[in-house]
Amino acid sequence: MIVWERRPAPSRALAWATPVLAVALTVLAGGVLFALLGKDPVLAIRTIFWEPLFGPFAGYLRGQIAIKAAPLILIAVGLSFGFRAGVWNIGAEGQYIVGALCGAAAGLALWPAETRWIFPLMVLAGTLGGLVWAMIPALLRVRFGTNEILVSLMLVYVASNLLAWAALGPLRNPEGLGFPGSRNLRQWASSANLELVPGTGLHWGGVAALGAVAAGWVLLARHPFGFAVRLMGQAPRAAAFAGVAPSRVVVLCMALSGGLAGAAGLFEVTGPAGQVSIDFAAGYGFTAIIVAFLGRLHPGGILLAGLLMALTYVGGEMAQQRLNLPAAAISLFQGMLLFFLLATDLLATHRPRWRRAAPSASPLPAAAPEEAR
Amino acid sequence: MTDALLTIRGLTKTYPGVVANADVSLDVRAASVHALLGENGAGKSTLVKAIYGLVRPDRGTMTLAGRPHAPSSPREARAAGIGMVFQHFSLFEALSVAENVALGMEDPPPLRDLGARIRDVSREYGLPLDPGRPVRDLSAGERQRVEIVRCLLGRPRLLIMDEPTSVLTPQEVAILFATLRQLRAEGVAILYISHKLEEIRALCEEATILRAGRVVATCDPRETPARRMAEMMVGGSLRIPARAAPAPAESPPVLEVEGLSLASPRGGGLRDVSFAVRAGEVLGIGGVAGNGQEELLLALSGERRTAPGAIRLRGEAVGALDPSARRARGLLCAPEERNGHAAAADMTLTENAFLSARVRAGLVRRGFVDWAAARRFAEGVIRAFDVRAPGPEATARQLSGGNLQKFVIGREILQKPDVLVVAQPTWGVDAAAAAAIRQALLDLAAGGAAVVVVSQDLDELMEIADRFAALNEGRLSPARPVAGLSVEEIGLMLGGAHGMEVAHSRHAGAAA
Amino acid sequence: MDLSAISPALLFASLMVASTPILLAALGELVAERAGVLNLGVEGMMITGAVAGFAAAHASGSAALGFLGAAAGGAALSALFAVLVLWLRANQVATGLALTLFGLGFAALVGQGYVGLRAPPVPRPEIPLLRDIPVLGPVLFRHDLVVYLALGLVAGVWWFLHRTGAGLRLRAVGENHDAAHALGHDVRRIRLLAVLFGGACAGLGGAYLSLVRVPQWTEGLTAGAGWIALAIVVFASWRPWRLLLGAWLFGGLTVLQLNLQAARVPVPVELLSTAPYLVTILVLVVISSGRGRAALAAPGSLGQPFHASR
Repeated sequence: MIVWERRPAPSRALAWATPVLAVALTVLAGGVLFALLGKDPVLAIRTIFWEPLFGPFAGYLRGQIAIKAAPLILIAVGLSFGFRAGVWNIGAEGQYIVGALCGAAAGLALWPAETRWIFPLMVLAGTLGGLVWAMIPALLRVRFGTNEILVSLMLVYVASNLLAWAALGPLRNPEGLGFPGSRNLRQWASSANLELVPGTGLHWGGVAALGAVAAGWVLLARHPFGFAVRLMGQAPRAAAFAGVAPSRVVVLCMALSGGLAGAAGLFEVTGPAGQVSIDFAAGYGFTAIIVAFLGRLHPGGILLAGLLMALTYVGGEMAQQRLNLPAAAISLFQGMLLFFLLATDLLATHRPRWRRAAPSASPLPAAAPEEAR
Repeated sequence: MTDALLTIRGLTKTYPGVVANADVSLDVRAASVHALLGENGAGKSTLVKAIYGLVRPDRGTMTLAGRPHAPSSPREARAAGIGMVFQHFSLFEALSVAENVALGMEDPPPLRDLGARIRDVSREYGLPLDPGRPVRDLSAGERQRVEIVRCLLGRPRLLIMDEPTSVLTPQEVAILFATLRQLRAEGVAILYISHKLEEIRALCEEATILRAGRVVATCDPRETPARRMAEMMVGGSLRIPARAAPAPAESPPVLEVEGLSLASPRGGGLRDVSFAVRAGEVLGIGGVAGNGQEELLLALSGERRTAPGAIRLRGEAVGALDPSARRARGLLCAPEERNGHAAAADMTLTENAFLSARVRAGLVRRGFVDWAAARRFAEGVIRAFDVRAPGPEATARQLSGGNLQKFVIGREILQKPDVLVVAQPTWGVDAAAAAAIRQALLDLAAGGAAVVVVSQDLDELMEIADRFAALNEGRLSPARPVAGLSVEEIGLMLGGAHGMEVAHSRHAGAAA
Repeated sequence: MDLSAISPALLFASLMVASTPILLAALGELVAERAGVLNLGVEGMMITGAVAGFAAAHASGSAALGFLGAAAGGAALSALFAVLVLWLRANQVATGLALTLFGLGFAALVGQGYVGLRAPPVPRPEIPLLRDIPVLGPVLFRHDLVVYLALGLVAGVWWFLHRTGAGLRLRAVGENHDAAHALGHDVRRIRLLAVLFGGACAGLGGAYLSLVRVPQWTEGLTAGAGWIALAIVVFASWRPWRLLLGAWLFGGLTVLQLNLQAARVPVPVELLSTAPYLVTILVLVVISSGRGRAALAAPGSLGQPFHASR
């Protein structure tokens, strides 16, 4: 039987190698899955991972990757701080929707004015909208000790109902012949969030995502707040001893993730999506959770993980069209990735050792045999 | 030996990098109390865990009453007639006494019958217990009774006791010893783990002394001087810390605590605690764990806030300030639990230095962490306090208990505190490191700081404190000069045995 | 708007039906949490059970076999969770989330072939005499078997936890796994069984949605029921009978909201549909603000990793 032994110090090399291992295992398991679905596994994997980058349509598809990666990275960087501190905001999807709604509403209130201050105003409104939505679970946890996981998640369902209501009611395009959905924000110069450099897919959301990666990196490595976040997650009592106020960290982490998710929603609704519609929410808020973990809760890792996840989206769409692969296969694929990642995580802090069959109740040895303090 | 109940020959157990037991041989006779003596880390716990089936030895044989003994689980060990009373971690707070007992039995009878049996056994051995009460509401002494009764219901031939007196008052210790002597008279063998020499001399007929996993000596503790056993235990002569001159009585107090009360969610807490410490003075606060020590430390460090005036530093009310603000004013703390409270186990020593020295050592520059300065500070602590560590980038987890404690205490001392509050400074620390830590605290006081030491170790407090006060059920006794205090007086200050004398005196007549 | 169309008796009768899926899922989660394991994957296990149950029922033509398949499906998914959390020591929160994401994707994939099909009917016991009692008859005695099974399961779980030795050991493991280990109880085995039971119950709850409530397969048909089940466990302070109360409260709310929609209350449907979620939040706040009572009732080792490090 295998016995896991704690390494004296966590292996840094393995900490970065395990995500790669997890991706490799997912590709393998995915191949088996595709074979079971009656598809050619090699072709399917090739279509998902190779075609978007180097295939005949790569020029267009690479831009699509950047478009899909931007919201994922933006949201995941925000989430990573909370996850490190033990603040589980899993309602980023709701904050993303509310951000988009608030930003769009702020802009549409001024329609059809033409001034360049409208877009920044919308970004601000979107960020604040997501932030305020995230403050609900944050303040409830701080004030009443209510579980933020459940509250933030319940608010996703509330937000998607709000979205449907807004698309059918207050934000509906009066000139839309009764169809649900708002005015097209892409076609209104004051609010359009278009490609900045042709062919790259980079819009303001991508710029914000890169900014968030850089700022998050500095915050985590060099700022007392980043230290407080790490300390609170690893040793809450030591954090209290160090003078970290837990409620402050909870509120700041939630504000950060909610604000960034709201901004991501705004960039999406003014750019790639173009309007507030019932099917606006595409699950970026949930996928960003995987991205955050896959990137080891580190901004640099999240940048890479976000690009990889965007690749599976774009490649998945290709596979859907070409191989008639079901859309659900891709979300299954992403779930598997997170599983393999969690399963291989142990390798960084522990090493496996083979042992001859030990009694079932035999405990595992720790480095210090006596006084386990 | 033919009359041995338990025989151990050549038992060896290694963990990666550590030899916990090396070729240990031992005989425990029936109807005797056998002491297993050694410093923390000497291998006592590993040895008894092997006997109790919690650890499987790499080599060696055990024989119980003439039959091979190789339990693969505590269940098998219990079936073979072995009972064990643990030092920590084996009670369930939310469950009742009877449920707790049932969990340690093979075929527990229905709870109603079990309750009656618990009453019988606890009366028989002078250990009163109410089977229906939740363990959450019991005192430390009562909790230990639950453990003992749990073992006794299994009618053990060999009873293992792991540091049973570390949480008891002197009076409770006397009652426990009466119970153990009664068991011995009934033919039970007792394997008694301790590092308290006077206890062992009072109770045991035989002693096996372990050092670094090996048996270094066996002796009859009734005829061996405590000093001699201590030398065998630590393998050298003890260094008694040098005492500074007593603090001048006329200097004004640096730290004053006045009417400090603090509720605790787990019961206990602090009730109207008052004391004062002067510069250059060491105040020792003794008492059994769970009587408010933790809350006192949290209140002083700022992890829990109080009324502003309840804590005054040089006259300034600091009770409502957070830990960082108190550090800035010179009030520093070193909590009891090293890994997880005083330090973060998976962080480097540099990061752990930043953890508490951020303000006073100026480790934040223009809003950002100055990691180079933090590293220099950590290196300074390592050097000044002889911390055995690969370097400042080693994680706290990589250090042994004693070295991490030296780092934690050193980290606070190098910040030049005006007041330092330390809890259990030498708990689980080897003798050499303990002596170094005590000396460092005395030097700090000699340099003009006020030092408060909260400890369960009375010997330690007698050694380094100028004045002594006892914390019992959240109340602090008036502090008295250590010079001239007797053990009996200390026992009375600690608060007696929570009404156990009556129960036992009734039974003592029968046993005599 | 016509509120008089809402009949209290019918409301209560449909409440019993509407509360059954969350009751089943919450009951399973309660057992897992009493053993100290926080499995946030209830939603994923429920929807897996929903599709597995539908597939099994469709293939065999028997609703009973469908429920069996659902329990097996939920348990299989929870076994994955157990291996990750108990053996590979993965973080319970993250693994639970992964389980939900995985379950949703898996169910959507498998369910593609079943969209638009109808499920075989679930047997309803003919309870003579009782079913003809006015008011009480329709409210209590005209339901399908699973409703009564769920009620029986509540009693069974209560009896198991508080009246049997195995139940005591399960509570002990959840209360303090280090102590249980020191006494020689196999923490991981007990937890594995508790997690499997939780998965099977969540699967049953999911199948009740796809075979009785809806009754057909649609993607995402659990719509947060698994998360509500998690909330109800907290609401119930980890006690089986209070769980029943919680499930009825939320079942009632769902039914009431549907009735209000049907009665054309002048509030947009979308906003009315948020009611169960908003009330869940409200209840969580009320429970958690009760001066730490909820915190005290929570199993001592809930969500903590167990290392057996001695």
